[in-house]
Amino acid sequence: MKLKNFISVAILASTMVTASAYAKDYVIDTKGAHAFIQFRIQHLGYSWLYGRFNEFSGEFSYDKNAPEKSSIQVKINTKSLDSNHADRDKHLRSSDFLDTGKYPSAKFISTKYTSKDKSSGTLEGKLTLHGVTKAITIDVQKIGEGKDPWGGYRAGFEGTTTFNREDFGITKNLGPKSKNVEMILSIEGIRK
Amino acid sequence: MFTKSSLQWRNTQSQYGIVAKILHWIIALSIFILFGVGLWMVDLDYYHSYYTLAPWIHKSVGILIFYLMIFRLCWRLFSASPTPVSQHKNWEKMLAKMMHRLFYALIFIILVSGYLISTADGRPIEVFNWFTVPAIVTSIDNQEDIAGWVHFITACVLMGFVLLHILGALKHHFIDKDNSLKRILGLTQNKKL
Repeated sequence: MKLKNFISVAILASTMVTASAYAKDYVIDTKGAHAFIQFRIQHLGYSWLYGRFNEFSGEFSYDKNAPEKSSIQVKINTKSLDSNHADRDKHLRSSDFLDTGKYPSAKFISTKYTSKDKSSGTLEGKLTLHGVTKAITIDVQKIGEGKDPWGGYRAGFEGTTTFNREDFGITKNLGPKSKNVEMILSIEGIRK
Repeated sequence: MFTKSSLQWRNTQSQYGIVAKILHWIIALSIFILFGVGLWMVDLDYYHSYYTLAPWIHKSVGILIFYLMIFRLCWRLFSASPTPVSQHKNWEKMLAKMMHRLFYALIFIILVSGYLISTADGRPIEVFNWFTVPAIVTSIDNQEDIAGWVHFITACVLMGFVLLHILGALKHHFIDKDNSLKRILGLTQNKKL
């Protein structure tokens, strides 16, 4: 092998090492269920009804020294909807609502993160739900990061966002107060 | 509906007994109503006054039919069915027997699948503020969706066969002029076959 080639390979390899060390990629801890994708919607305007998606997966990149480079992508199995009531879950999965037979997955891919201060910011991105893709903004609060007791490194956030479900074509009438859906996203990642 | 000749609890060789007749007609009527209510209630507007009431009645009646069907099955074993109408051809007798078995099978599939929808998350089914039936099976993946699909499809299939059953009964009564319909209605003499 020529010396020149050897050097270029070595440089390439070293940049790759720094790049991956710099990116700080995390995989969302769905395995240990330290992540929750929850939603709430008003019932008749009298109370909040909570539900969640039990199956999803995703990854994010986060570096506290360069938070603007943060990004995340999450894929949700819409059939895993769980509102603690089988009849309602069946109805929510039906074509009246999420139509999970036709749209078995939802996804969120971030496009931009803007930090407000050390532990909060706004995350912009595209949510695909019920076959419709729309831009949404998620308010993000960093909860913490550090070593876990079992040799790994973790970082966790909570995000909230509100959208009108009619924007995603989910129009079944549940009353005037039940058009907006709030999402409460509790995400913990394990560094790769 | 019941003449003197039908005041016979158990089935005889030529006639269905009063118990079998009542069971047949009560269950037939209930299933018809449940089918209609079932189709109607799933499309109700959220603010319709029957939105929660109709499913409650549907489930309550469904559970009661289940118990009636268990009793009916036992009764069938305890009190032998009348012998087939003698004018019937062999293939008709075979077909009738298969059809009856199919009805039992379909009805039980519908009842069990309906039960599995509402109990999928461990909730019991309330029967008219009277008693509740606890959940037993809760761990099938997407149980309420699969059970719901089975419930709907088998109910439609059952209604298809019910239509054939009715057409068959009318054909035997008006065209063949035999006793098939009379002996479940109770309008025939015991002596006649």
